[in-house]
Amino acid sequence: MKLFKAKKQILYSKKELGQIQLLFPVIVLVTVFSLLPLLRGIYLGFTDYRLGDPISFNGIENYIQLFNDEYFWNSFKIGMIWTIVVTALQVGLGLVLALLLNNKIRFASIYTVLILLPWATPPIIRGILWRQMYDPNTGVVNILLTDAGIISAPINWLSSFEYVIPAVIVAGVWGEISKAAIFLLAGLQTISNDLYEASKIDGAKLWDQFRHITIPSLKPVLAAIISLTFMWNFNTFGIIWVLTQGGPGGLTRLPMLAAYEEGFRYGYIGYAAAIGNVMVIILSLVLFMYIRVQLRERKES
Amino acid sequence: MKSNSALSKLAIHALIILFIIFLLFPLLWVLASSLKSTQEIYSGSPTIFPQQISFDHYLSVINGQLIFRSMWNSVVVGVISTILVILIAVPSAYAMVRYKSIVNNGILGWILVSQIFPVILIMIPLYMVLRNIGLTDSLTGLTLIYVVWSLPFVLWMMHGYVKSIPFELEEAAVLDGATRSQVIFKVLMPLLLPAIGASALFSFISAWNEFFFALVLLKSPELGTLQVELARYTGMEGQARTGPLAAASIIATIPSMLLFIFMRKWLTTGLVSGALKG
Repeated sequence: MKLFKAKKQILYSKKELGQIQLLFPVIVLVTVFSLLPLLRGIYLGFTDYRLGDPISFNGIENYIQLFNDEYFWNSFKIGMIWTIVVTALQVGLGLVLALLLNNKIRFASIYTVLILLPWATPPIIRGILWRQMYDPNTGVVNILLTDAGIISAPINWLSSFEYVIPAVIVAGVWGEISKAAIFLLAGLQTISNDLYEASKIDGAKLWDQFRHITIPSLKPVLAAIISLTFMWNFNTFGIIWVLTQGGPGGLTRLPMLAAYEEGFRYGYIGYAAAIGNVMVIILSLVLFMYIRVQLRERKES
Repeated sequence: MKSNSALSKLAIHALIILFIIFLLFPLLWVLASSLKSTQEIYSGSPTIFPQQISFDHYLSVINGQLIFRSMWNSVVVGVISTILVILIAVPSAYAMVRYKSIVNNGILGWILVSQIFPVILIMIPLYMVLRNIGLTDSLTGLTLIYVVWSLPFVLWMMHGYVKSIPFELEEAAVLDGATRSQVIFKVLMPLLLPAIGASALFSFISAWNEFFFALVLLKSPELGTLQVELARYTGMEGQARTGPLAAASIIATIPSMLLFIFMRKWLTTGLVSGALKG
């Protein structure tokens, strides 16, 4: 190692200078456009800033106001319902699909390409697709359900208080299953086949193998997927924007939509940043739990 | 969980095909709508397959100024931000791998931590900065934001790729009398080219698909990116618009579909190995 270092010194004698030159753009960009803005963003959550006005610190006033703000609570409630249900369905169905694809079968690569397509669809387009599917006059959902005799009259899914939440959840899960399935499949493929062979000799059933080999071996990947998808889903914006714009009556107003409206529609920048700060607290908890799982895994192994 | 009997194989295929039907159906439905005439879409009981294929909606999208201009905007912003990201990320990743220092851990740590912050917290201060220098409602401002936005991940990817290139290769070239620039362009570049390709595609598609920043930043109708324009168009749906909107959606999805199919090997490696190493 020492020899290695010495050689390096000879090769690039102006080592320090070279490093600063090469890293300079990144240091500047990361500092100016990521680190400082984020710190400033957090700070703005403790001010009553409105666009154009002077900034003044107001302590925890925003959070007291948030605590008493019914719209905020509704938004976080629907945010949690959306995030938990979409994450659970996405990871659950993704796991089933990954387990199916992990068998040595024909057409596996064709299947994988077809499964990728919803993931490759931009969020705005996902919204447009499902808007057209749910359309009360021309949408296929109403046509199929009417033909099957399940409903007697077309339903306006996206403006109905009763059906809008399941409707947007189906659309959200649709676009996200592929991502979970592909990541989990990659995780499954790292599990050694010997484990399964050995357990088969010991007379293990499929379900035993799943419980005692697949799930424990997959745990690190599973923990990563669950925390990442939780964060991504909690930050959802585009697809809901196109489907409902947060309606009807604010029923699908996810936290990001609430923050966008407060900040960029009504101009309450400080208040929007405060919503952002509360989101950070929730996401930090998820990250914290993920790190704990990972550390425990590492200790065990 | 490997099962071999013919019956269970059949069941596996059947279940996968059920999933695929669910996953492809919305895309196929909209593809069909884009090929139907407006009368057929509004016929009261439209069928799943078009009765008569018509490319009118595609023609009206291509001739219509709005979608075409916004697509051009998306291409410009995507290409320029991608070039900038690659020009910054490649030398930086190289520097971070070859010259170990405390700065590296700082940068890599920050890349990870910054992921938990919702975009609203980044957008607000950036918006204020861009407003001060007159770059809101401008494609230059949006390009700048996209550079900042995809830089962390591309840097992370490139860092991993550079790390996998043995230093001995460079040493050998230097001992053979190669100059610094020859080492970079003759030895490193050819090895890094696939990684640079993957990062560039990733960065372009992030920009192509992005909506939130563009929505906040761009107000003038002639500046909208494709996603912003499509979202605007959706808000004013009328009888005549379902078909053209379907056609525009299909056109807008093609670039990222090609990318995903092309890149599918790369999609997971980073995340899975990262998770396994903890």
